[in-house]
Amino acid sequence: MVASGSKCRTCKAPAIIDLPRHNANFCAEHFLELCRRQVVKAIEKFDMLSIDDRVLVAVSGGKDSLAVWDLLIDLGYAADGLYIGLGIGEYSDVSAEHARAFAVERGLHLIEISLRDEYGYDIPTAAKATRRVPCSACGISKRHLFDKAALDGGYTVLVTGHNLDDEAAVLFGNTLRWDVEYLSRQLPVLPARNGFPKKVKPLIRLTEREMAAWCIVRGIDYLVDECPMAVGNKHLAYKAALNAIDIESPGSKAAFYLNFLDNMAPLLAGRSLAATDELGSCTSCGAPTTSDLCAFCRTAAKAGAHEPVPVELVLSKGRRRR
Amino acid sequence: MKVLLRNPRREIEVVGRRNVNSLLAELQLSRESHLVIRNGTLVPGDADLAADDEVEIRPVISGGA
Repeated sequence: MVASGSKCRTCKAPAIIDLPRHNANFCAEHFLELCRRQVVKAIEKFDMLSIDDRVLVAVSGGKDSLAVWDLLIDLGYAADGLYIGLGIGEYSDVSAEHARAFAVERGLHLIEISLRDEYGYDIPTAAKATRRVPCSACGISKRHLFDKAALDGGYTVLVTGHNLDDEAAVLFGNTLRWDVEYLSRQLPVLPARNGFPKKVKPLIRLTEREMAAWCIVRGIDYLVDECPMAVGNKHLAYKAALNAIDIESPGSKAAFYLNFLDNMAPLLAGRSLAATDELGSCTSCGAPTTSDLCAFCRTAAKAGAHEPVPVELVLSKGRRRR
Repeated sequence: MKVLLRNPRREIEVVGRRNVNSLLAELQLSRESHLVIRNGTLVPGDADLAADDEVEIRPVISGGA
């Protein structure tokens, strides 16, 4: 085996990772320390969590959600996990195994909800029945069930594993359209109000590459495979565009998003409050909504009445369209 | 050297020594969206890869919104 030349910025031991946006390389120990510091900084700056919060982490079995759960436990928070079985064929089966194994190995509590068993549908069927792109049906389902599980379980905060790349890609899309309504809601903390739990994103200062590295260094066995239904979605194209810019100008992606939070989000603050003040209650489930029926109940009604659709059928149609 | 690629999972054989950044460039893979694991350990872009190394190139980008 051949040794690498670069050294850790902190201790001068052989580096395991180069982080061009920090213009530095790090050994395993000091890379983990950097990640912890970035999470603490995000939590403190945006008042995300206090040590006596009851925390529920939305867990997919992928790197970001397992990393944020691991980081919060590592930092001393009491956090349970929530896994939603989306019914996306083998992908969902394997993702559940990763989430369960993580929880069992660490003695953590994982709540599981099956869309098919408890609500009578799955994501491939919802995509077909509603004629929405799969990621849209998936997002509607997950957001509703995250909120419900957090409120029903008496949790004070819901944590998601959205990282810097996720947030920068969403910001990029919203900016391309100058969608002021969505821009005004893109905050790392959404306070509890009007039937929504408090929601926070502690990984906003860390990239996907850094989160994957956290998992590798910590020995977290996460699901590496991409969701088959996400292939070709807009966010992947936005991420690729931002990464191409970041290679030429390291740190641009972080500056784009973090400076938005510092400089632009405060100017839009009034608009996001106005949006949530106008919500009523779903006549079926009581969740906050702007219609009689919330988006989740509309999706569940359509998808539940539809014959189950195997994931392969939705994928093959998607491939033909492209 | 044996190089494991993901999504889809497959293995290729690469002949000759090179460093991590050169291998990624040769395979037209972005440094910002991949990590390289050499013999089970994460390595930075300037790490040399030898003929008997087992290398995994792991994509780190996921597409959910």
